[in-house]
Amino acid sequence: MSKLQEKRKSSESGSNIKVSPARQQEMNKGPMKSVFEVENLNLWYGSNQALYEISMQIPQNQVTAIIGPSGCGKSTYLKALNRMVEMVPSVKTSGTIKYNDQNIYKDKLTVEYLRTKVGMVFQKPNPFPKSVYDNVAYGPRVHGIKKRAILDQIVEKSLKDAAIWDELKDRLNENAYSLSGGQQQRVCIARALAVEPDVILMDEPTSALDPISTLKVEELVQELKKKYSIVIVTHNMQQAARISDNTAFFLNGELIEYADTNKLFQNPDDKRTEDYITGRFG
Amino acid sequence: MFEKNAGNLQKKVNNRVWLNKGMRTLFLGATLVGLIVLALLFYRVLTQGLGYLSLDFITSLPSPSFEDAGIWAGLIGSIWLMVIVAVVSIIIGVATSLYLEEYAPKNKIADIIRINIQNLAGVPSIVYGLLGLTFFVYMFSIGYRLLAGGLTMALLILPIIVVASQEALRSVPNEVKEASYGMGATKWQTIARVTLPAALPGILTGTIIALSRAIGETAPLIIVGAAAAIYTLPDSLLSKYTAMPIQIYNWTARPQDEWQYVAGAGIIVLLAILLIMNSIAVLVRNKFQKRF
Amino acid sequence: MDQLLNNEGKELNVQTLIEDKRKNRMTGNIIEKIIPVFLFLCASVSILTTFGIVFTLLRESIGFFSDTSLVEFYTGSSWSPWSGEFGVLPLIGGTLLITVVAAVVAVPIGLMSAIFLSEYADDRVRRVIKPILEVLAGIPTVVYGYFALTFVTPILQSFIPGLGIFNALSAGIVVGVMIIPMIASLSEDAMNAVPNSLREGAYGLGSTKLEVVIKVVLPAAFSGIVASIVLAVSRAIGETMIVTIAAGATPNLTMDPTESVQSMTAFIVQAATGDTSFGSDIYYSLYAVGMTLFILTLVMNLIAQYISHRFREEY
Repeated sequence: MSKLQEKRKSSESGSNIKVSPARQQEMNKGPMKSVFEVENLNLWYGSNQALYEISMQIPQNQVTAIIGPSGCGKSTYLKALNRMVEMVPSVKTSGTIKYNDQNIYKDKLTVEYLRTKVGMVFQKPNPFPKSVYDNVAYGPRVHGIKKRAILDQIVEKSLKDAAIWDELKDRLNENAYSLSGGQQQRVCIARALAVEPDVILMDEPTSALDPISTLKVEELVQELKKKYSIVIVTHNMQQAARISDNTAFFLNGELIEYADTNKLFQNPDDKRTEDYITGRFG
Repeated sequence: MFEKNAGNLQKKVNNRVWLNKGMRTLFLGATLVGLIVLALLFYRVLTQGLGYLSLDFITSLPSPSFEDAGIWAGLIGSIWLMVIVAVVSIIIGVATSLYLEEYAPKNKIADIIRINIQNLAGVPSIVYGLLGLTFFVYMFSIGYRLLAGGLTMALLILPIIVVASQEALRSVPNEVKEASYGMGATKWQTIARVTLPAALPGILTGTIIALSRAIGETAPLIIVGAAAAIYTLPDSLLSKYTAMPIQIYNWTARPQDEWQYVAGAGIIVLLAILLIMNSIAVLVRNKFQKRF
Repeated sequence: MDQLLNNEGKELNVQTLIEDKRKNRMTGNIIEKIIPVFLFLCASVSILTTFGIVFTLLRESIGFFSDTSLVEFYTGSSWSPWSGEFGVLPLIGGTLLITVVAAVVAVPIGLMSAIFLSEYADDRVRRVIKPILEVLAGIPTVVYGYFALTFVTPILQSFIPGLGIFNALSAGIVVGVMIIPMIASLSEDAMNAVPNSLREGAYGLGSTKLEVVIKVVLPAAFSGIVASIVLAVSRAIGETMIVTIAAGATPNLTMDPTESVQSMTAFIVQAATGDTSFGSDIYYSLYAVGMTLFILTLVMNLIAQYISHRFREEY
């Protein structure tokens, strides 16, 4: 763990991901600009309420971790942010979710547009049964980019950003299913990066990975937050403590506490948070 | 007293064990009946037909004399039929399964379509022949032509293709589809770029098996007028035609023994084609064994 | 390379590119709307097929029944359409006779095969036998017909003196062989669905495998087994080529399987291949017989579905 923190420090000092001038400008507006503003979000699966009155702001270019015992609604909440939760037909919501000041449920913001801005990495690595190249080029292609030269650049850049280019540059035409689980997950991250989203939602991205792959993904998250805002759901409290700037604790569909990560882990306001992080339940 | 009882019990257990062994043999024997009949059938067909089978037989048109009779017209007719059947039934069948698996709302209409397909699979093939006779031959005025036969057969195997495609589509894991939606892909983009390609091997396997059912099907073709004696090859969708099983039926139905050898040779050709089609299906299945 | 460059070396942003493409994505939206409609239309072909079958059979049958009364048709015991006698009982009798023979062959053999495959055979044996049974199910019926006429009948003739070339027995036996795989595989599925915990309970009491089969597996899989038999019998009723080739063309109301009979399906083939002119009595009688056949098989299929849904064991 300490090793990782060392790494984290060193990578913070020497950035190797360049930020486009436009993005740099956006970032200069202030460190605490939020990408998501959620107000009084309620969500039901049929007649079962899964989320109660969630209000929460998610800051730009930071890592926001969401923790809580299984079934607490943390994944549901994450999937509400890019409307993936609607894959379940019986879902109903109330309240507002604003992405960059736009209500995501208003018609003007199509769900396809929202998802190009708010990418997602899933719990189990889920590459398509296609080549590495086709996996990463999937998003750009779906959105109409067909020129091979541009796609080549996007694939290379995305794989580099996902820190897997060196491993895979000679295996771009191999089926993604032939890769190891950790490599598959980083290809999935590269796939999400390929459309250059603003936000990346990660749903327990390391839960199916071995410790070494987990470490690589955690390091990657540290790098990525310079360019992207990241929301990560994890059942692993140490992971949240290691990699996040802010942490939200969910319990039974309610947001119990949301604070700076150090504060939440060292000096939680709520008794239930303390019980959870000290391992008294969950 | 007690020992006597124990001896009896031991005897009873022995009897039960022996009965079990005896019945096991009987069950095995019953299972072998199917295999033995299959072996006899192949043996019979080969001994009757091999002597008559030759390149000449394959490339000759039908003839009133058994020395000259060949299966060429039937073979070409069957190939034409298969092309029509494949085009029509794959398009409609895969589209139906896509509708049922991906689009259909969970309501009465989808249920009705599902139950309906299940029942269609149980309708005797000859009834499809009557349907084709009324609609394609008379009502659409196609007449006793290739197109009428092909469309009738396409409807006949439609339920098989729908069920096989549904299974193949269901085997594509949800996570992979979610990944596509998560990239901002629309529903159709997800289906066309992810779901269908992943389900394709299963769909192909099911389709080939359905086509091999169609190529051996005789009764409906008789009803919609595949002719037995045809001395020209079809050259359009509206040609008169014959098919391999029609030829075989026609030869079998003749009283002279010699024609049985001709029929045997025809059956060998038909079974060989079935074997090839099924091998392709198995190859496709193994080659693209699902990796999920 | 951290930034995308275009041909002139200018920096590119993927989101900008996507934004540009979005403007001409109107076609995409139209496709999204048209596709479900197209798919639904294709799906409705199956419904239309059913309507087509019912419409065809009804319309032409009604034509037939305006000349011949329903009562006459369903109670008459003489079928001689070329001389105007339309009593369908001999055809139904012929169909049932062959079906009974087929069931006598296929039910015990199919069930015993299913028991063997599901309970006794190890995986290796099963992997060999099941594909072979599939081959048996895939043999074209015209080939079975040839086999019945040229192989089974001569053998039977050597046992039963005076047996004619065309007889219900040979056709029935071979139809039975044809439906063995159906009973075997559907019944095996039903037996496989019986959870092992039930079997283990019986083994724990010292039962032999046979006792487990009879007292536990068969009762638990009963509805699935019955459904498989009903489906297979329905298949036998609709079987055409074997019967046409091997059973002959003698409408004959008899329970003696050594006689030649004509089934409903065989009559349809005979009438369709003969000089039946469109609109004649015989042409219409095709559909009256076809409808009888359709209703009979439909009812059996519905019964099979009802049994397997209604009595589906919840484990």
